[in-house]
Amino acid sequence: MSATFNVRNVVVRGLLIALLLLPVYVGLSGDRFVLTLFTRIIILALAATSLNLIIGNGGMMSFGHAAYLGIGGYAVGILAREGIFNGFVQWPVALGASALFALIVGALSLRTRGVHFIMITLAFAQMAYYVIAGIARYGGDDGLTIYRRSQFVAPLDLSSKTQFYYLCLALLYASIYLIWRLVNSRFGMVIQGARSNDLRMRAIGYPTYRYKLVCFVIAGTLCGLAGVLLANYTEFVSPSIMYWTRSGDLIIMVVLGGMGSVLGPLIGAVALLVLEELLSNITEYWQIILGPLLLLVVLFARGGVDGLLVKSSAKVRS
Amino acid sequence: MSEPLLQVTDLAKRFDGIVATDHLSLSVAAGDLHAIIGPNGAGKTTLISQLSGQLMPDTGRIHFAGHDITGLPMYRRSRLGLARSFQITSLFLDLSVLDNVALAVQAHAGHSFRFWREARSEPELREPARAALQRVGLSERAEWPAFVLSHGEHRLIELAMALAGQPRMLLLDEPMAGLGPDESTRMVELLRALKEELTILLVEHDMEAVFALADRITVLVYGRVIASGAPANIRANAAVREAYLGEEEAGYG
Repeated sequence: MSATFNVRNVVVRGLLIALLLLPVYVGLSGDRFVLTLFTRIIILALAATSLNLIIGNGGMMSFGHAAYLGIGGYAVGILAREGIFNGFVQWPVALGASALFALIVGALSLRTRGVHFIMITLAFAQMAYYVIAGIARYGGDDGLTIYRRSQFVAPLDLSSKTQFYYLCLALLYASIYLIWRLVNSRFGMVIQGARSNDLRMRAIGYPTYRYKLVCFVIAGTLCGLAGVLLANYTEFVSPSIMYWTRSGDLIIMVVLGGMGSVLGPLIGAVALLVLEELLSNITEYWQIILGPLLLLVVLFARGGVDGLLVKSSAKVRS
Repeated sequence: MSEPLLQVTDLAKRFDGIVATDHLSLSVAAGDLHAIIGPNGAGKTTLISQLSGQLMPDTGRIHFAGHDITGLPMYRRSRLGLARSFQITSLFLDLSVLDNVALAVQAHAGHSFRFWREARSEPELREPARAALQRVGLSERAEWPAFVLSHGEHRLIELAMALAGQPRMLLLDEPMAGLGPDESTRMVELLRALKEELTILLVEHDMEAVFALADRITVLVYGRVIASGAPANIRANAAVREAYLGEEEAGYG
């Protein structure tokens, strides 16, 4: 199959390579804004990729995934506020806190399903939002400025825009590879089985709750990592990073790109944010155009953009 | 007479005042094909659900292979070798036929907290799954997504999944339901072959199949056992004829 011409593979590989070469283009053209935009896209793609693991592969419709962006971000912000800039401290604390929060939310929410599951994940995320917004020492509603990015040992320097871009990209690609392995492993088969038919999985001998909980924690931790990057990127965190509309944005990226496809969320994040950028240059009412576009994808392309690519590849082959 | 593999003692289950299982006792000897029959609403599926652990009884005990399994969750019973197939086909429709059966194999291959190796290329999962599919005659459909197969083939996947875990005992809930005549014949042949190796508890409406296959038959009415014995005795039993068989036999002419 790899030998035949395949639209999807060409597009996907093209995208992966283009992202790798982007700083070269920026160096030649001097267009720094593109680098800034795509750093943000890559970080949010990482968050969407982690969300896809639970909603796409695991069928767990979490509506509070932005909470982990906030927890990862605030772990960096709070430690920086207290004078700890060392990334070897900040990052593990951030990931640990995200994992712990995911463990608590998952332990309670995974006992329910459907609308209840959505509401519980949403409720926890909003709770985290209001707690953070209420702590005056860390800026409350106004947020918290981070005066220095996470410090690592030389030559790694996050204040270099190019280095930071490559760090984000490396972490995104590593996460995508990790999730791809995970989804196809025995563990991944159990997760997919539980999405497809949870009762049957239990009947044939799987304690699915445990597997789903571990999956939920992995996704939360990875999103916490995206939060760490986002806080370093903006050098600022505010409660809005974890507001429920942000969780909605992540879901849109996943659905737009293609639920359950490992590369879908990356495609979705690039498509959504680039479109947002282009449309907002044309008109300030860009959402009027974006909304119907999303509607069309949901109505006519169940597998999202990646699904469309796969379908068009099938046509070319035949 | 060998030691019973499955021993049910004084089992009772009520739903909002409706008695679904009424102080039911039953024993299934190892190696037997034991059929449960009874009119609609007799509590056959409720009984199977309690045996498989999907429902918990109000009172009574269930022993399987020397273990008291009354309070065990489904997956623990399944690991002890008690496999259930569902009356309503319950598959992983979006996965391939082989994936469906391989998941059943994997359930019995230790824990699944294995995150790296590609499960679809592990021979220790795929080969037993292929063998089970061959057993039920579905080898050629292995790579097809399960949802495109016919109802009869779904029933066969069900059976392959139950077999994949190499159980000691099968709980079969109406395996013939909705099958055409040819498919039914094929299923009866398959069950006849399986009963040589396994103990089977069969809930079935198809009387022809039941009398062709069963070593023992238990008749349930309103959650109670009204008769239990060899097929010939059941056929001759007056209470059974009145409660159940009479109408059916009249239908056969």
